[in-house]
This record gives sequence, structure tokens and C-alpha cells, in this order.
Amino acid sequence: MFDPCARCEEVLQPFLDRELSDAEHEQAEAHLDQCAYCRRRYRFEEKLRMYVRQACAEQMPPALKAKLAALRTPLY
Amino acid sequence: MRAVSESSTPEAEARRIAEESRDRARFEEEVLELADQVYRVARRLVSTREEAEDLVQETYARAFRSWRSYTPGTNLRAWIFRILTNLNIDRGRREQRAPATQPIEEGDYFLYNRLEADSGAEDEERIVERLSQDGIVDALSAVPHDFRDVIVLVDIGDFTYQDAAQILDIPIGTVMSRLHRGRRILKQQLAEAAVGEEA
Repeated sequence: MFDPCARCEEVLQPFLDRELSDAEHEQAEAHLDQCAYCRRRYRFEEKLRMYVRQACAEQMPPALKAKLAALRTPLY
Repeated sequence: MRAVSESSTPEAEARRIAEESRDRARFEEEVLELADQVYRVARRLVSTREEAEDLVQETYARAFRSWRSYTPGTNLRAWIFRILTNLNIDRGRREQRAPATQPIEEGDYFLYNRLEADSGAEDEERIVERLSQDGIVDALSAVPHDFRDVIVLVDIGDFTYQDAAQILDIPIGTVMSRLHRGRRILKQQLAEAAVGEEA
């Protein structure tokens, strides 16, 4: 039997990656509008991704930047 | 004997050289503007800061050397990230394979479900706060390379599945399956770190 929550869980990743077709996206949104169980899990996944990005937002050392610029071809 | 064409006069040659030099300088500037993004991705592809710095320098040295192979107007980000990932693969890190002993069959909600069950909280804000930033970095570095490459390109590099497929030279279906499995491995690592081995 068709389980809308199971279907919603299946499309979680492509939904957040914006890789679903418009029709699939709308279908998932319609389910999320009425299902607090899936909605909480989607929000959690969004926050988790934000956390991953924040955790990986390491700045490039300025010395490396200078080294890269020095690799440029000198202008004649 | 061939007539002297305009392109072979010293003036035309000088103009051609000047134009090429301008194009090259513009190309180098555009590639350098991407350096922060290249470093951020490189940092997660390899284990240490030193390795990441070497990899980025090598990437830029090769990019500047082979600038003629870039077709103006095409995706410069994808072009430079392709050099980066190819060089990283060439560094002989392919020995590390996916652990064969970890069947990952659970659904995508399992990390939330585990954390919710463990904490008793029902608010996603509080649940996600149970994960530490350091824990996320450690969990990501525990994901095997083939899977991590795709996660890093899509989640940190902001590439589409199609771009990631082009950069890694693999079919888009492989990008999707590696992303799927890689994220499950990542979540499993996070669950173990937050809830313990019994997770």
C-alpha cells in the first residue's frame, strides 16, 4: 500500500538538492504541508546541512593566497 | 611563394601576443577569485591542512599551465574543480575503499529518529544542536573517498548532480548513488558519535 511518509523520506535528498521535477517537488511540498512528522525531519536535515557547511567553512590561509598569486604568469 | 598575409606582419604578431597576454591575465584573475572555494573543498578531500595547501597549489600551477584547454564561456568552476579532483585521485589515495562490513539499509530519517529517541526532545532545533561542529568534521573525514568526493562537491562546493558527474567523470546515476550512500555513512558516524556505539 502507498505510504506517503515513506515516499517523502525517499525524496528527501533530491528535494533539498533541488533536483526533483516540478511535479515531484509540489507533491512532496503538499505532503509536508500536512505532515508534521515529515516536516520536522526535513527541517532537521536542512539544519544538518547548514551545520556541515558551517563546520567546513575554513578560511584559506593568507600565505597560500599569496603563493597562488605568485604562480601567475608575469606580464611583459 | 605564399603572399605575406596580415597575420604574419610584425605588427599583427605583436597585437596577437598582446591580446593573448590580456586573455591569459583575465583568465588567471577569474581562476584566482575561486581560490577560497577551491581551498574549502580541498580541505575536506584530504586529511590535513598541509595536504590541502599542496593540492591547491598543484591545482593552480596546472590550471595556469593549461589555460588554453579552457574554453571561454564554459563553466570555469567545474573546470578548475575537475583539475583538483583529478590531481587528488592521482595522488594515489585510491587504496582506501568503502568498508564492506557496514550494510546501510536504514532510511534517511534515522539520524533524527535516533537523536530524538535518545534526547526525548521533539524540536529539530534542539536535536541538531546535539551535534558538534568538530564531530561533523570528524564524521565527514571518516566517509570513504569515493563517497566523500561527491558529498563535498554537492554540499560544500554547491555543484549540481550534473556538474559533479562532469567533474568526477562518472555517470550522473553514480553521483546519486554515491551521494545517497555517502550521506548515510555520514549520518551513521554522527549517530555513533552522539548516541554511542549502540546507536
